[in-house]
Amino acid sequence: MRKLALSDEILLSIEKPARYIGGEVNSVMKNKDEVAIRFAMCFPDVYEIGMSHLGIQILYDIFNRREDVWCERVYSPWVDLDKIMREKQIPLFALESQDPIREFDFLGITLQYEMCYTNVLQVLDLAGIPLLAKDRTEDCPLVIGGGPCAYNPEPLAAFFDLFYIGEGETVYDELFDLYKKCKKEGVTRREFLFRAAQVPGIYVPSLYEVTYQEDGTIASFIPIRPDIPAVIEKQVQMDMTDAPYPDAPIVPFIKVTQDRVVLEIQRGCIRGCRFCQAGMIYRPLRERSLDCLKAHADKMLASTGHEEISLSSLSSSDYSELPGIVNYLIDEYQDEKVNISLPSLRIDAFSLDVMSKVQDVRKSSLTFAPEAGSQRLRDVINKGLTEEVILQGADEAFHGGWNKVKLYFMLGLPTETEEDRKEIAHLAEKIAEKYYEIPKDQRGGKCQITVSTSFFVPKPFTPLQWAPMFEPGDYLGFAKTVNHEIKAMLNQKSIRYNWHHADVTLLEGAFARGDRRIDDVILEAYRLGALYDAWTEYWNYDRWLQAFETAGVDMDFYTMRERSLDEILPWDFIRIGVSKEFLKKEWQKAHEESVTPNCREKCSGCGAAAYRGGVCTARRS
Amino acid sequence: MTGSSKAVNTEGASVLKVRVKFSKQGNMKFIGHLDVMRYFQKAIRRAGIDIAYTEGLSPHMIMSFASPLGVGLTSDAEYMDIELRTPISSKEAIDALNRVGVEGITVTGFYEIPEGKANKAMTLVAAADYTVRFRAGYEPEHLPHSAQEGKSLAGFGQWKDLASAVESFCAQKEIPVWKKTKKSEKEVDIRPMIYEMRYVPATGQSKAQTESDVAEEKKAANPEAVFLRLASGSAANLKPELVMDTMLGMYGIGTTPFTYEINRCELYADTAEKTNPGGDDLKADGNDTDRDGEKPRRLTPLSALGREIL
Repeated sequence: MRKLALSDEILLSIEKPARYIGGEVNSVMKNKDEVAIRFAMCFPDVYEIGMSHLGIQILYDIFNRREDVWCERVYSPWVDLDKIMREKQIPLFALESQDPIREFDFLGITLQYEMCYTNVLQVLDLAGIPLLAKDRTEDCPLVIGGGPCAYNPEPLAAFFDLFYIGEGETVYDELFDLYKKCKKEGVTRREFLFRAAQVPGIYVPSLYEVTYQEDGTIASFIPIRPDIPAVIEKQVQMDMTDAPYPDAPIVPFIKVTQDRVVLEIQRGCIRGCRFCQAGMIYRPLRERSLDCLKAHADKMLASTGHEEISLSSLSSSDYSELPGIVNYLIDEYQDEKVNISLPSLRIDAFSLDVMSKVQDVRKSSLTFAPEAGSQRLRDVINKGLTEEVILQGADEAFHGGWNKVKLYFMLGLPTETEEDRKEIAHLAEKIAEKYYEIPKDQRGGKCQITVSTSFFVPKPFTPLQWAPMFEPGDYLGFAKTVNHEIKAMLNQKSIRYNWHHADVTLLEGAFARGDRRIDDVILEAYRLGALYDAWTEYWNYDRWLQAFETAGVDMDFYTMRERSLDEILPWDFIRIGVSKEFLKKEWQKAHEESVTPNCREKCSGCGAAAYRGGVCTARRS
Repeated sequence: MTGSSKAVNTEGASVLKVRVKFSKQGNMKFIGHLDVMRYFQKAIRRAGIDIAYTEGLSPHMIMSFASPLGVGLTSDAEYMDIELRTPISSKEAIDALNRVGVEGITVTGFYEIPEGKANKAMTLVAAADYTVRFRAGYEPEHLPHSAQEGKSLAGFGQWKDLASAVESFCAQKEIPVWKKTKKSEKEVDIRPMIYEMRYVPATGQSKAQTESDVAEEKKAANPEAVFLRLASGSAANLKPELVMDTMLGMYGIGTTPFTYEINRCELYADTAEKTNPGGDDLKADGNDTDRDGEKPRRLTPLSALGREIL
């Protein structure tokens, strides 16, 4: 029996002890004396969230395929255990071996959203690793960051030894081989970092120097040695069909957020919505072949015993073999009662037909994400969804028996006016009217339309990366306008409205487009007790305002300013294939309310064609 | 395959009712009852066992557990009843489930059981065996002793040792205990719900161990224990912690939630009424007889109500 790091007394006095014991089906055990590299893979949030992340499962599988590497997992201890570990000075441990993280060669931390940044510090702190990379000694694990937030790593630059920019499938092998070689040669940590900086996609923040202008903008961003690359190339796995995929993902004991097989059908997106970071950084769109998906689905369902499979991608309807994979799963697994879930699906005849086969129509709801209320504003953000398409989809769905609709919008978009915001209410009303056009005896009671708005956060590497944000009071005013207008609608009783907090949006905005001066703010907020900022019950805006003040950093500089097109942005040293010139052109077109066609309709020359693959080289319809 | 007690489920297909026995040891004690259920739902799929589902728009596996085990307890005898669409032999099923299983959960039996609601494990449970040990560092001599002698219920005086405590405790005709219910607190006599209670000395192994169990053997280094056979189930239910707490309380000894390491060793059905309504010749081994006008019991392990599928 594996010996646990925590005593029975501790495990029996905290919530969900299964978060910390490991031993799950398909978790990988190795002999620590027989591996050269011990890697702790961390998702800096609670177990149920972290275990639901596909990227970690992919890397866990790839790393553990190597005989010389043992990759284990670690998540943020929940607040109850966090307190006990600090009181009793118990070092943070990995789930598999239950050994302290401090003994590992690498600590890899995936950065999926900005509000996890204080949890990154918690993990380092509990592990007994100095928070600042510059304070780490030779025997400390190398702390490496990755994931979408690593596309602007600067707000976390001080806390990481390295960042991996791009998709994890490509150069970890090279990095591991280099590490083994350096270990054998007995070189210093610093020397390893110098050599690692030569590996494509690897960014070592301590090897770059930033200077600032008087107005606070960046004056220069240069490597400290001429042999260190000035530009970091994002890593892309071009061949998705032959890419490794975890055929035996870990099956948690406790119910996690994503309690199902996740089948990534494609990576990237052809749509080019101007607010969407994923739509730019994962370019070009690359599909997995139908045969490969069938094989992965079979193996994963057999190895996990999950009763549900979810097709994952940014826009499932754009997958060219969608009917093929969906029909295969229905035919093969209906008898075994496997549920099929299809998120991010466009509502049309095909999807309604499929959904009626795999879901309980009366219970499920339709989801539309028009993102903006008016056609004018949808053109600004290049969201190619028209009112006509939405109403037609809703109409077909209502006739098919659905009566629940969810609508997602953003508020605070560039050029947005009072009228655009009111249009959100009007669109919801038109959908309700469509429903009540159906004769009373043919419809099932009232319809339920749920309108949700979030506040727009400009993200790096998007055409809207130069846009200013608004004051918290303005955001709440925007939401009130929508609320007021909905209440004025004839069918207001069928429409529900939810909106988000405004202040967390501003912090997210400051982190998303922050530079190295934000590091101090995060450190200060952590010292003041900030943790689990993504969890409403632990969110405390005043603490953050205090941290900005103590650190002497002006939040408005990062949030309220419209950046000039020639400003050096903190993330400009990263190349994602999509050129800054293209983003500028798109920013311009946004102001002209001019739409850019999707990648299948016409190539707009974004720059991703340089990767020579995916949709860029496929024949256009 | 015996093919005898085949039933027909709601889908109209022929099904076979099966009882699965498993142990839950080591780190698995931290997995709660509902998660053990989830574990088996997935394990059954991995093992390729063709289980029957409920009808309707959201079908789920037909699966019911005999008696939920609390977090922190280990067990040699957990039971769940399922229904099969395609029969499989006991040996094949046990091998398949253990091959796809985790360390700590071991399937030890797979029995065909008779059709009928009255035969459901959940309905049948009447008694349970436990061995209770003190967790290291929580032995009575390390636990807080109350200064006030008068606080103890029966006033057993000074704590001497576990063996004599068990002896004195069992010698009582009545053991009134304040039991909390959802609405109120009332005094209950727990003595009739204790079917058996004895001291298990440090060197020996508990007789109650019906299955060979590696985890138990390892504990032989810290072996002093109390064996308990208690009423369990919907009619009367007594928790081993309450018995131990009450006994220690009589010496003015306070306990904590971590004082005991409890292992459930077996679950029983009371087959007395069904097989022998008169209750004349019930002096079989391990079974209690008529006492103070109580109905006689004939305790049969839940596994013994089924038979191996060949």
